[in-house]
Amino acid sequence: MPEEAEGTAGSPTHEVRDFLRRRREQIAQRWADEALFRAVFTVSRDEAVEAGKAVVDGLAQVADAQRVEDPDAAGFTSVREQLARMGAARSRAGLSTAQVSSELAALRPPVENLLLADLPDASPEEARACVTTLSVLMGTLRVVVMQTALSEGQALIDRQRLQLLEVATPVIKLWDGIVAVPLIGTLDSARSQVVMETLLESIVEQQARYAILDITGVPTVDSLVAQHLMKTVAAARLMGAECIVSGIRPAIAQTMVHLGLDLGTVVTRASLADALGYVLHQLGVGIVNPVVNGPVTR
Amino acid sequence: MSQAFPGPYGGPVTGHVPVLRLGEVLLVTLQGDLHDSTAQQLQQDLAETISRSGATGVIIDISGVEIVDSFLGRVLAEIAGQTELLAARTVVVGMRPAVAITLVELGLSLPGVHTALSTEVAMELLTQHAPSSRYGGLRQESP
Repeated sequence: MPEEAEGTAGSPTHEVRDFLRRRREQIAQRWADEALFRAVFTVSRDEAVEAGKAVVDGLAQVADAQRVEDPDAAGFTSVREQLARMGAARSRAGLSTAQVSSELAALRPPVENLLLADLPDASPEEARACVTTLSVLMGTLRVVVMQTALSEGQALIDRQRLQLLEVATPVIKLWDGIVAVPLIGTLDSARSQVVMETLLESIVEQQARYAILDITGVPTVDSLVAQHLMKTVAAARLMGAECIVSGIRPAIAQTMVHLGLDLGTVVTRASLADALGYVLHQLGVGIVNPVVNGPVTR
Repeated sequence: MSQAFPGPYGGPVTGHVPVLRLGEVLLVTLQGDLHDSTAQQLQQDLAETISRSGATGVIIDISGVEIVDSFLGRVLAEIAGQTELLAARTVVVGMRPAVAITLVELGLSLPGVHTALSTEVAMELLTQHAPSSRYGGLRQESP
């Protein structure tokens, strides 16, 4: 209706807004029977109805602001958390994005039917305009839910990535004054940095004179990773600790020689056990085998 | 036991880092930010003090230093070099992880500088390996 001034009571958005406010209770009741609400709010039906009412209020607010096509409209802010919870609950239940989206689409027909029932004496054009506006509004709601669910997923991934970085670099105290980092998985620049920092911090914390970097679990070493290893060893030396690299695989040793990398200044040992043996020897600690009562040679 | 080693003009002078003497070891504790001129002054003071006192070891504690720039890094390396020429060994003690990372990133790995985690370890290091007196010649140390 281009000739109709926006903001008057007769415009389709305000028609829809008034309808939403008038039929708030009925819409929420019908939504509570839909698969999406039933699956998310399993405790009681009243809870689902309450959630439905909150969403209807939000939609009415968006219609009031004449921003039915805007996913950033203020009306969605109040219900965003609730929508995120719904979206997240459905993704956790193993539903694909398309399935969640179609469940959201199922919310539209009941509202549309109510709206049509509310407009018995309206002209076909007016009725169509109102239904179109409502469809747009429900479409925007769908976008908002999907958006929120995706950003929740992204936040989860970010949290997990951080946790993985921390979990992947445990610094273990092997003996008084000996710490070790068993590295597992691919080393990239960021991870090497974390390894370096945590190792140096624990050298200070434990007053460790020896640090063992075990790379048995590292599948490949490129020149960048090797450079990081060298830096870690140099930094540990500056702090007054000796760094031993252990567990270099034959293939990696070959690659390093091919790359022309010189680990000449770094003490290396074949395995973590050998490295520990070397360090214990340096510290003057011996281990006695209790069975044969003789020193364990390594 | 320990005494503040007097500056060249008698008492301690401002702008000088105090050099303590513990037996045959000189102990220098750096605190906070060091001016370039103070660092150079320290380098000079140490050289004179070593030759005068006959110390066999120098411990430089930098645990109170937040920032080591390339200049201070070079001064430390030079101190190590000159004390080596004066028949003493320099041990840098208590470098913070952040400082160590920065120095390595700058490409300054201070070759020839001995390091230790604490002054205690450094004392051990100096008394173990150094000859008991620099006039006494080399003595065979049993491990």
